[in-house]
Amino acid sequence: MKELGKRVLAGDIRAASRLIRNLEDQITDTYIAIQEIFKETGKSHVIGITGAPGAGKSTLTDELIAAYRKQDKTVGVLAVDPTSPFTGGALLGDRIRMLRHAEDPGVFVRSLATRGAMGGISKAVGEGIHVMDVLGKDKIIVETVGVGQQEVEIINHAHTVIVVLVPGMGDEIQALKAGLMEIADIFVINKADREGAGKLYKETMNMVQMSRDKYGVSKGWVTPVLLVESVLEPHKFAESVEVLRDKIDEHYQFLIDNNLISERMRRKTAAEITEAIWGSVLAPVLEQLETSGEMKRMIDRCLLKETDPYSLAEEIAQRFMKQRPGTS
Amino acid sequence: MGGRVIRIVLAKTGLDSHDRGVRLVARSLRDSGMEVIYTGLYRTVEEIAQTAIQEDADIVGISMHTGGYQETFPRLRELLDSLGAGDIMVIGGGVIPEKDARSLEKSGAVARFFGPGTSVAVIIQWIQDVMSARK
Ligand SMILES: Nc1nc2c(ncn2[C@@H]2O[C@H](COP(=O)(O)OP(=O)(O)O)[C@@H](O)[C@H]2O)c(=O)[nH]1
Ligand SMILES: [Mg+2]
Repeated sequence: MKELGKRVLAGDIRAASRLIRNLEDQITDTYIAIQEIFKETGKSHVIGITGAPGAGKSTLTDELIAAYRKQDKTVGVLAVDPTSPFTGGALLGDRIRMLRHAEDPGVFVRSLATRGAMGGISKAVGEGIHVMDVLGKDKIIVETVGVGQQEVEIINHAHTVIVVLVPGMGDEIQALKAGLMEIADIFVINKADREGAGKLYKETMNMVQMSRDKYGVSKGWVTPVLLVESVLEPHKFAESVEVLRDKIDEHYQFLIDNNLISERMRRKTAAEITEAIWGSVLAPVLEQLETSGEMKRMIDRCLLKETDPYSLAEEIAQRFMKQRPGTS
Repeated sequence: MGGRVIRIVLAKTGLDSHDRGVRLVARSLRDSGMEVIYTGLYRTVEEIAQTAIQEDADIVGISMHTGGYQETFPRLRELLDSLGAGDIMVIGGGVIPEKDARSLEKSGAVARFFGPGTSVAVIIQWIQDVMSARK
């Protein structure tokens, strides 16, 4: 798999999927391929879809793909499911809802496991977006795991964040208070056939209104709340998802018109640099401590109260860093 | 750094709706540390091939409980080869006559066919062996 970056730039799907795989598996020197493609990135509109497990994110993504394909837009999907913390394995089930697009060359769906990352997405998502981007996808949809409050990571990657809510989940509104409110660019009330959809819609509208009264309208974008029809009524469902599609594009246009894209890009890039530094500075140190057995000895010493994690960190910093921030 | 995590696509083709077995295998493979992409029922060979490529699967497993296996496996093998995915292995499972299973293996249409009653431990061991031989 030489020249992976160049093959991705040439549109090779196998190379693209393998590159994402190398990132997931943390294969040494994978960053070379990212260096090769980085210059070509930044053209796609990245859409994040978050919400509790079972809220209907994959089903919605499937219909959203269809809505974009109607307009001849190409779509890349990164669908994240959880890795079992006990076995390291994963059942990746998002794709099963999107299989009608399997043979469409304008659609590329890639499932990712979290591999222990916190925050509702896999660590490979950032680079996975780059890969989809240089493949020329107009829209990149990232479906997160959906574990509630930790889901905020997605705002570091997406231009437009959709929060999917469903009736009958009780603590939904609580979760909103706990932070989803801040990250939502659009709210979707899903499963309209379920009892309480109308009530949830009103409650969410009220919450949006309340936060608007309290914090003012965030730079002019009024977070819309959309009631999507039930998937049990396919025709109506498709129509309402087209309304959602147009709202999503309206948000992107809003970001462009108000020079807010660059703000989001800066945040995204900052997160990416942080991640890269983490990988090239901290990870090798941790690995060395691990393989040399020093980590084990440090744990023992801490448990015996001979020392503490902070003193150890100081020691490690002295040893590994030539120039340390805060010291001269 | 970290080693490869095995990725496997499991599918069912045709009109066959017995998915109890394949679901059990999917869970067992996950529990052995693999990443499993299950495609659900009634898939076409074309859908399965594209899924395997997009997911960078090492292996595609098809469970078959009705006829059609004589066409399905060779067609999937050919399609993968023609799409430049000759390295993606195809395995099968389910109820087919022993001699047909062996002839599919002989022709190269499947790398291995696991007959009825095969324990998942055997399947897992086989996958782990071929994958570590590949490195
Ligand atoms: N009743 C009802 N069920 C739905 C609707 N949309 C999705 N579902 C079902 O909810 C379940 C979870 O959907 P899925 O898209 O996998 O949710 P995810 O976990 O958020 O990706 C599936 O069984 C869907 O068929 C809807 O509008 N109404
Ligand atoms: Mg899902």
